[in-house]
Amino acid sequence: METTELRRKAVAIRRALLQMIHHAKAGHTGGALSSVDILTALYYGVMHINPKQPKWEGRDFFVMSKGHSVEGLYCILADLGFFDPAELDTFCRFGTRLIGHPNNKVPGVEMNTGALGHGLPVATGMAKGLKMMGRPNRVYTVMGDGEQGEGSIYEAAMAASHYKLDNLTACIDRNHLQISGDTEDVMALEPLADRWRAFGWHVVDLDGNDMDALMAELGHEPPAGKPRMIIAHTVKGRGVKEMENVAKWHHGVPDDALMESAMAQLSEQERSLA
Amino acid sequence: MNTGLSCREVFCNHLTEMGTADKRVVALTSDAKGSTALGVFAKALPEQFVEVGIAEQNEIGMAAGMAAVGLKPYVCAPASFLSARALEQIKVDVAYSRMNVKILAVSGGISYGALGASHHSPHDIAVFRAIPGIVVVLPCDEAQTVGLMDALAATDTPAYFRVGKVAMPVIYPAGTTFEIGKAVRLRNGDDLTIIACGEMVYPALQAAEKLAGEGIAAGVLDMHTLSPLDEAAVLEAAAIGPIVTVEEHSVNGGLGAAVAQITATHRPVAMRTLGLPGDENAVAGASPDVFRHYGLDEDGIYAAARELSATNRK
Repeated sequence: METTELRRKAVAIRRALLQMIHHAKAGHTGGALSSVDILTALYYGVMHINPKQPKWEGRDFFVMSKGHSVEGLYCILADLGFFDPAELDTFCRFGTRLIGHPNNKVPGVEMNTGALGHGLPVATGMAKGLKMMGRPNRVYTVMGDGEQGEGSIYEAAMAASHYKLDNLTACIDRNHLQISGDTEDVMALEPLADRWRAFGWHVVDLDGNDMDALMAELGHEPPAGKPRMIIAHTVKGRGVKEMENVAKWHHGVPDDALMESAMAQLSEQERSLA
Repeated sequence: MNTGLSCREVFCNHLTEMGTADKRVVALTSDAKGSTALGVFAKALPEQFVEVGIAEQNEIGMAAGMAAVGLKPYVCAPASFLSARALEQIKVDVAYSRMNVKILAVSGGISYGALGASHHSPHDIAVFRAIPGIVVVLPCDEAQTVGLMDALAATDTPAYFRVGKVAMPVIYPAGTTFEIGKAVRLRNGDDLTIIACGEMVYPALQAAEKLAGEGIAAGVLDMHTLSPLDEAAVLEAAAIGPIVTVEEHSVNGGLGAAVAQITATHRPVAMRTLGLPGDENAVAGASPDVFRHYGLDEDGIYAAARELSATNRK
């Protein structure tokens, strides 16, 4: 997919996830919106996948470590045909499989996540396992920036560089806000890139809401011998002005008036890409 | 078979055979190659061996990831650390995600004796019985270690496999096969039943022999699988008479509590639950001394069963 087409797709996914959250009256809206472009780039432009055969041996593996931003993932998997988009209406309903964090009963979801700090160890195991088997598949994971407080991440950070897992790419959705406020006030993360470099990773800073920047990096193989960390600088609530950079939209459900405004803004964004 | 080896050595030797036959079998450890007796595997199959350093959370997470891409990972490390520090990873990445990870938890219970409560795992049965989707087994000897490994290897079910540190007396002949979730009645007895697991099975048999000398017929049930528990076997025991449970685990939430839950619901019987105290950390000392202190040896089990039998004459 060309980047203009990917941008259009990202707008469509934003629309779908907002509708799903509005319908369910539940969701982690802000982080879902900040990470949409990363997920869109991966699923429509980078990863080898087969929606008709979710367990296809040649697939690349994805782990949504910041599991609370599941909304974009579900909407993308439905759009790609992993399951019927009509099922999105069951999000967070009684007895649904589309629960509020990734659930591998849903076709296309590899691992159950939700507890933070789990995705990188699991992705590291996938990458190591694939190398042990001599398979070329690649592994991707998306973490939150608030999530960087979890110690288990740094156990995996050491192992991934120790084992030279250059088939592993991790992204941090660096939107600067966690549930209680600014990450630098809650528990400072900077200098984030230097920290990851010190762990032996190949680190790239880029604008995580810029499809050209995402594809320019994700579209090529990282240097050999190191795992790759993409610090994707994003805006929490990206795409809906009323939600952008507002911590309370970590989770929150737009009312009808805000939905109307959001849909209008997304339509405008779509028109600008025509 | 009586090689004089501990269950962890037997486990790792058999794992090496399994890994030789199936390249998808891999072993992970967290700087515990020596404690777990994995050296033989690492030497024979270096390409299938993964050292993660002192990092149990990452160890379990990586094992789950390896299972997700089609490997058959075995995590081998001390029970105390796996069952507490890596508990959330076992709960979410392994059990909840239904990943085919087998966990060999060595030196369980109070195996580490005088090293203190940081190294004990008197909670692991309770913890894992409360997590859906993970099998919990405690073998009592060499043949059962191999038999349970083979039974578990035939399934994709996550499992927590707890063994002690020292060599155990032979109870089963080599080649005995076992069914997960199906207890073994080792001895019949019309007066009462002793239900034991892991290293407590042997002293339970000794106690039953001693009771027989006094005309008390005590049956012995080897409850090698703690989750899922063999409810039918418990109810058969309850139909016979009083029950004594024996475990190297806290009396809170372990074998005794599980058996009592079944009997209280379906067939109340008089019971004694022998185990480690729930309200204090185990006293320091070599494990045989600690067992004796808490009545978890031949004499302690004999005394409890005798008293229970005397107060519950049919």
